[in-house]
Amino acid sequence: MAAMHEGNILQVKDLRISFSTYAGEVEAVRGISFDLRRGETLAIVGESGSGKTVTAKSLMRLLPKANTLIKGGEAIFEGENLLKLSEQQMQKIRGSKIAMVFQDPMTSLDPTMRVGKQIVESLRKHLGLSGQRAKERAVELLTLVGIPNPEDRVRQYPHQFSGGMRQRVVIAIALACDPQILIADEPSTALDVTIQAQILELLRELQERLGMSVILITHDLGVVAHTAHRVAVMYAGKIVETGTLREIFYNPQMPYTWGLLSSISLPTADRSQDLIPIPGSPPDMSDPPKGCPFTARCPYAMRICAEDMPEYTTFSAEHKAACWLHHPMAPNIDPPARVGSAR
Amino acid sequence: MTEQSPNGNGRTILEVKDLKKHFKVGRASIKAVDGISLSITKGETLGLVGESGCGKTTVGRVLVRLYEPSDGEVLFAGEDVHRTKGEDARSLTRKMQMIFQDPQASLNPRMIVSDIVAEGIDIHDLAASKEERLDRVHELLETVGLSKEHANRYPHEFSGGQRQRIGVARALAVEPEFIVADEPVSALDVSIQAQVINLMRQLQRDRDLTYLFISHDLSVVKYISDRVGVMYLGQLVELADSEELYANPLHPYTRALLSAVPVPDPDYESERERIVLAGDLPSPVNPPSGCRFRTRCPQVVEAAAHVDPPWREVKPGHWIEACPCFA
Repeated sequence: MAAMHEGNILQVKDLRISFSTYAGEVEAVRGISFDLRRGETLAIVGESGSGKTVTAKSLMRLLPKANTLIKGGEAIFEGENLLKLSEQQMQKIRGSKIAMVFQDPMTSLDPTMRVGKQIVESLRKHLGLSGQRAKERAVELLTLVGIPNPEDRVRQYPHQFSGGMRQRVVIAIALACDPQILIADEPSTALDVTIQAQILELLRELQERLGMSVILITHDLGVVAHTAHRVAVMYAGKIVETGTLREIFYNPQMPYTWGLLSSISLPTADRSQDLIPIPGSPPDMSDPPKGCPFTARCPYAMRICAEDMPEYTTFSAEHKAACWLHHPMAPNIDPPARVGSAR
Repeated sequence: MTEQSPNGNGRTILEVKDLKKHFKVGRASIKAVDGISLSITKGETLGLVGESGCGKTTVGRVLVRLYEPSDGEVLFAGEDVHRTKGEDARSLTRKMQMIFQDPQASLNPRMIVSDIVAEGIDIHDLAASKEERLDRVHELLETVGLSKEHANRYPHEFSGGQRQRIGVARALAVEPEFIVADEPVSALDVSIQAQVINLMRQLQRDRDLTYLFISHDLSVVKYISDRVGVMYLGQLVELADSEELYANPLHPYTRALLSAVPVPDPDYESERERIVLAGDLPSPVNPPSGCRFRTRCPQVVEAAAHVDPPWREVKPGHWIEACPCFA
């Protein structure tokens, strides 16, 4: 299922982002690198606070200027480092070549502006379409995302739409200028399951039809299994494992990924057995641990884990994980029974 | 109506008869719960699932008397919950407790943990002395996996999962028999969800608790519940043993709901057939006539608009709203 890639559209290298707060510096993203290929969906999964949304927002340059510290790294898109562009240059890219869909559709739409106008806005600004042409395109876009009666709907306000329909509008706005990259940050989390299914189906179909690259940010492994080609697992500001969809779900190589997979209740699970939770909670990022950040919660932790962050071990062209268990001197550990054969 | 459950001992602890709760909004009235009957046996977990706006939270809140019903009755151990007064009412609130969805919003930020947990103990005079009160708090905190050092802290000093444990400790403080858990893990990260679910199951085993577990997450509900009821627009459309419901769903809404759950298994995901429902939930102010699901039902028949589907037991313990589309 590996994506049909003719190269990378985005390359992120050693990205480091901190926030300055009253309590000191919080290290949200601590040196992550990944590539996004043409026409693929890359899922970034992790718990709240793992740095996945900060990563996405940094690519769009949407982090608050006042307290964000870009400590290092680069994000290369079309030969340029997104992190170094001027605000003016960035405005040409944001919403046009790279677009974003947020979790809560109500807060990403302007409640006082008709839906049509919100779509037209970016068409006129980025593509310079005439008023009439932009209106026609707005109707086309609403049709594309599956909104019935688009001619009437363009004249309505966001509050006249249901949650699922609002998210479709947000997607229509994001698609307005044919973006090359769509960043979807928990696009279906605020929606009910039946509506979530509609939106995920829509995103997958649009991605295939339009050939976009998608970065899908989510905490829901079910959503990942349904939508992604490749997966990066984030924990405490680091990518701890990355691989193809099948590699991550059926052959995970690091205890945090094991824990994530075995702590979720599957609809097919055996009720008589307790779930296997990950004990404890994620580390405080204002004072991140020196070694592997998962050490304190890891049932297999060794002395070295608390001391040094492990290097990546490579398992295939796509699959690598950062864990000391793969060091030649480490004991041989089998993943828990539930992992690897998810059902 | 007598439904048996594998985990319960067969004694009905709670009975809900044709319960309705309508909220007045201006001239309109929102039919949040519109005729629900069910019974819960001692020691079992009844799961209640449905999309937002289906009325599942309202059911939970009516049961513990946070709302008065518009019609119908709720019997707890034979006593009408909403007609009891004075001392009887007080003793009922001791037996029925609630755990809320948002552990941030349901704990008073200005109270320290020991006062939050002991509030019920104080109201019901369950501790004879200050020492006994504190001992009880310490014991409760340890029961839910916290430690007694936590007793003097404020809610903001805890993580989400820990706060939910405080909510559980508060509910347990008055030694209830029945707990309504309204989306108790929805606000938590997956790795933490499993901790809280395991805790709730452990407590149920140790204390013979009865749960009404309300959630929109069908995987979690199946895991924790003995029986599951599916709600749509203020009514139950299907109720069955949880294994049975998931293996053999009969109502088209239940089928669509189950098929929509994303399963963390890529092979399964790529093979499965999804029933994607068209459209959105109709307004509960003016629900469709006859079968309420007919406006979104993939197998809708003409007659569904005219007949109020009867609540029928199709197999032992498996109840559905028998819409004409089954016939």
